[in-house]
Amino acid sequence: MPTARLAVDIGGTFTDLALEQDGKRTTIKVLTTPAAPEQGVMAGVHEILRSSAVAAGDIGIVIHGTTLATNAVIERKGARTALFTTQGFRDVIAMGNESRYDQYDLNIVLPEPLVPRHLRLPVPERLDNEGNVLLPLDIAAVRALVPMLKHEKVESIAVGLLHAFVNPAHERRVRDVLTGELPGIPVSLSSEVSPEMREWERFSTTVANAYVQPLMARYLRELANGLHDLGIAAPVFLMLSGGGLTTIETACRFPIRLVESGPAGGAIFSATIARQCGIANVLSFDMGGTTAKICLIDNGKPQTARAFEIARVGRFRKGSGLPLRIPVIEMVEIGAGGGSIAHVDTMGRIAVGPESAGADPGPACYGRGGTEPAVTDANLALGRYDPARFAGGTMRLDAAAAHDALLAQVGGRLGLTAEMAALGVVEMVDENMANAARVHAIESGKTYAGRTLIAFGGGGPVHACRVAEKVGIQRVLVPSGAGVGSAIGFLRAPVGYEVVRSLYQRFSSFDVMAVNTLLADMEAEAMQVVAQGSFGAPVTQHRIAYMRYVGQGHEIPVPLPTHPLGEENVPELRAAYDTEYTRFYDRPVPGSDVEIMSYAVVVATMAGNEPDMPIAGDDAVFVPEATPSGSQLVRDTTTGEVAPWSVYDRTGLAPGVRIPGPAIIAEDETSTLVCQGWNATVNGLGYIELALENT
Amino acid sequence: MSKETAALAQIHRQIMWNRLIAVVEEQAQTMIRTAFSTTVREAGDLSAGIFDLAGRMMAQAVTGTPGHVNSMAESVGHFLRKFPADTMQPGDHYITNDPWLGTGHLHDLTVVTPAFHHGGIVGLFANTAHVIDVGGLGMGPEGRSVFEEGMYIPIVKCFDRGQPNETFFDIIRAGSRLPVELEGDVYSLCACNDAGVHRLVEMLDEFEMDSLDPLANFIFESSHRATLAEIARIPKGTYRAEINSDGYEAPVTLKAEMTILDDGIEVNYAGTSGLSSRGINVPPAYCRAYSCFGIKCVVAPEIPNNWASLAPFRMKIPDGCILNAPHPYPVSVRHVIGHLLPDLMMGCLHQAVPERVTAEGASALWNLPLRGGSSVSGQARGNRPVVPDFEIITFNSGGTGARPTSDGLNATAFPSGVRTMPVEATENVAPIVFWTKELRPDSGGAGRTRGGTAQIMEVGAKGDLEFAVNAVYDRIANAPKGREGGLNGAAGVIALKSGKTLRTKGFQVIPDGDRLVLKLPGGAGMGDPAMRDPALVVRDVRDGLVSANNARDLYQVAIADDGTLDTAATTKLRG
Repeated sequence: MPTARLAVDIGGTFTDLALEQDGKRTTIKVLTTPAAPEQGVMAGVHEILRSSAVAAGDIGIVIHGTTLATNAVIERKGARTALFTTQGFRDVIAMGNESRYDQYDLNIVLPEPLVPRHLRLPVPERLDNEGNVLLPLDIAAVRALVPMLKHEKVESIAVGLLHAFVNPAHERRVRDVLTGELPGIPVSLSSEVSPEMREWERFSTTVANAYVQPLMARYLRELANGLHDLGIAAPVFLMLSGGGLTTIETACRFPIRLVESGPAGGAIFSATIARQCGIANVLSFDMGGTTAKICLIDNGKPQTARAFEIARVGRFRKGSGLPLRIPVIEMVEIGAGGGSIAHVDTMGRIAVGPESAGADPGPACYGRGGTEPAVTDANLALGRYDPARFAGGTMRLDAAAAHDALLAQVGGRLGLTAEMAALGVVEMVDENMANAARVHAIESGKTYAGRTLIAFGGGGPVHACRVAEKVGIQRVLVPSGAGVGSAIGFLRAPVGYEVVRSLYQRFSSFDVMAVNTLLADMEAEAMQVVAQGSFGAPVTQHRIAYMRYVGQGHEIPVPLPTHPLGEENVPELRAAYDTEYTRFYDRPVPGSDVEIMSYAVVVATMAGNEPDMPIAGDDAVFVPEATPSGSQLVRDTTTGEVAPWSVYDRTGLAPGVRIPGPAIIAEDETSTLVCQGWNATVNGLGYIELALENT
Repeated sequence: MSKETAALAQIHRQIMWNRLIAVVEEQAQTMIRTAFSTTVREAGDLSAGIFDLAGRMMAQAVTGTPGHVNSMAESVGHFLRKFPADTMQPGDHYITNDPWLGTGHLHDLTVVTPAFHHGGIVGLFANTAHVIDVGGLGMGPEGRSVFEEGMYIPIVKCFDRGQPNETFFDIIRAGSRLPVELEGDVYSLCACNDAGVHRLVEMLDEFEMDSLDPLANFIFESSHRATLAEIARIPKGTYRAEINSDGYEAPVTLKAEMTILDDGIEVNYAGTSGLSSRGINVPPAYCRAYSCFGIKCVVAPEIPNNWASLAPFRMKIPDGCILNAPHPYPVSVRHVIGHLLPDLMMGCLHQAVPERVTAEGASALWNLPLRGGSSVSGQARGNRPVVPDFEIITFNSGGTGARPTSDGLNATAFPSGVRTMPVEATENVAPIVFWTKELRPDSGGAGRTRGGTAQIMEVGAKGDLEFAVNAVYDRIANAPKGREGGLNGAAGVIALKSGKTLRTKGFQVIPDGDRLVLKLPGGAGMGDPAMRDPALVVRDVRDGLVSANNARDLYQVAIADDGTLDTAATTKLRG
């Protein structure tokens, strides 16, 4: 029985791999190959098998996450997609909620729909809100559009009909006709992709699913073939945005559920670390090449949500993207990464991101022809990296190129040296990340008091101390494997699936039978998906009802028992709602009935694969005391002063050693900055703990 | 203080200011999450802010609608005059819907809540929300005085030291068609201010502040200075413009004379039409709110709203004009005139900074206030079926005006900041069916940049039974006007599906078997249509938003049979 577990996370800049076998972990990073991502994956797999000396046949499972779907939407490189919709409603995805995301900016840009108007095809049909047929579906009208679809070379089709989440019959008949006439063209139904009320969000999600489906199916097929060619016969699982794993088959049907898989892996990684170290409240801070992701984790569980916005056009402004209604781990993502490009705006201020140099050409210091200064260039110019050791020494950084780019694009315009320009760039990006974190906590009704920041991603440990200072956090943890946290998170993810369905009910007329039937159906669907990948491992189930007072607009989640409900459970549920509501909003509303809008059933294998003891990495060579491997001249971003900072090799640090700041702890995948005023210790798990001295 | 310490203190105050804006944003988000009325929770017809003890607004939530901007800002002073700050207790909540003490009509509730820290009052939170029903005639123009328009709530305590004022709640429940929603909304407004109070106290603790006054002074000084700097960039002078509304009993002309001064911008409304006998009159606070919004979008869009950033914009509104309605004139649908004010302000500013203003848009919301059941279909119907009782409103919009370098926005609210509700959600709360809700071809005014395309709506009751609309529509006789040679947007239409045109304003019944058809006004164009990029015209024709005839006649662009650009014919057309 092959026992090795392999995780592959494709990010915007790097593809990260992690391989575990018999308690030993190997991790590597290779550059992402945007034109054909599977090539980067194959190169990485080949490399990690070689360096870990694990045979391809020993791989028992492959877990994969990718930003491919997200990028296809952002870059508008998805399939040529048509939308069949209810006559009279062809502009639902274009009109949205008829609002502006910025009240005072007269020049805002709204996102273009993924399907242009001439491919939004109205068909006569209409259901009412209870699913009754007001106007029968005109099948002939559907069939009559087929020649046009062929002429327009449509590659994927979405079907979004009003109230289809209550009664999917019309949508299914449209699909039956189209699959008969157009074999090979995938069809996404709104009643399957996102069966919840609110036509804009549902259609938008369905259209996005159709838009990325051919691309994702092709890619996943090629990936499976490529792995097979390398001699890996193990099943491949895909990381979902909600934090679970699913099979290739399900991923091909609902690829839109993969959009935020990399960040989800990162959040699971943080949550695992938090549980291991017994930390109750965490700010997970994952800074990669293109973006920074911020997620709040309480009691070992990342916050979750059911709505998400993709491809924001208004510089990450809320409301400027396309809405998706899928289960997601809730986080804020801002355009601040190592590749984020710095420039000087019209008011003479340094601005960083959201534009990114990506992997190609990458920051100027990569020496691939980039001339615009990125955050990585600024970190290099401040003396924070050893140019010879970056990415494990596989990529020699060009300090002169970084210097020139900073001077040409920032310093020269403001009368600053390249080094002071670098300081400005780094302070600005840290400020941006801290602001985003602050607002996110407020929106979530949480605070940072007593929270620990867990830093990972290539940039996380570099920027962690300063971001922590800015949001008022005094403790930072840098786990091992921090440079490839998402990939390690994949190894910890349960095989799981979440099914959400709408069924409108009021407590005053609660239909126990109907609810039990629905929940049993949902359980069966989730179990069926999970069974494909759980190999008989025990599973847990969570059921949630989304409830609100009759007339309110936003639901709060209330846990349900997993057994069939009896009449005697109904008053208990009602009481549980009042308790939850009061917890959120101080006081219940007297005399109001409560309505239940939808249900969620989550089935997952136990949060297993979680080592009680630290996994000994190939980097864990224990030596008794910390000796600097050298020193580097580093410019402090708080004071602007240059001083020699001791540099330590992380691989040489034994548990218990204490390193006073300022210092740099270098490893292949990243560097941990121990800023002035901070102390570092290495804990029993090999993780670096940073604490702010009380001054 | 050394130079570095001073710099740090400056940074610290910047951070506290940002934090305060985040606190009021949290206040607004709590309201959206707990509100009952769709107008608040789906449409976002609300505002929230924090005030110092002198009643001056320090920060306002970004979430919210402009109509409440100045009006809520003025409102807190009225509360303090009746209930001085030193008489307020922790847990108190004060409420009113007085159009002249609040935000201009009885459907807007304003709640004010004191914030206490270390036993002393430090500031006040206020919010405003549009609720669906307060009794009376409902949201429409038919009232001849404010007494007919609904329940009138003077400034009273709705919670006294945390305890609900049951007499108050008894009275409002009895006076509304939707008692549960109304009571729930009052709870929501109080919960929202409570959330603001919690966050404020945390902030005061974190920054070790005893009082908001030093921060208030910093905010006011910075904002005032920044606003004056922006005003200084506008060429000095006096600019005049006028705009026409369809009115109720007669057309209404709004006239403005705008003077750019060193210390502010002054607008004089002399020459504007007199009062109406129906509810389209505008209370002065609402006139100031939308005038100010229109100016601020052009002159100082990036400066946050507060007492000092709004103060330099001053309005002189003559007595007896429709923009200065006194009590007890009816004011229920003051938005239909008020929403035209930003277009009027831009008409003035176009003479000063033409590159920064837009063409006229549909502007006034085309709300759908529908009612059915017993209060529409009386006993005269005998045994014919009647729809169940319902009362709803959805907020809908035509096209916005073309912008100097880009097209207007299709079916998007401006100047109002509200959102529409999903059709599926609306059909779940009322027995109605939307048969059409999509873009209206050829409605955007032609221009170098095109006006935003409007939408068409066709609505019936379930079973096509009788129901009623309380029409409040404008831009039917007076289409949005283009600028710099851009053409007008399409005028609005209100009709029965069977063909009969309805009155633009007023309560009207849609009979059995018929439906209501609304064609909303399109935004106007900007610049000569013959200067428009032909590729954009081809795209609009392909999308069915512009007809091939209009492409040829208005844009002088010829489209070939296969839908592509006929370059030769276009060159000939354009000379």
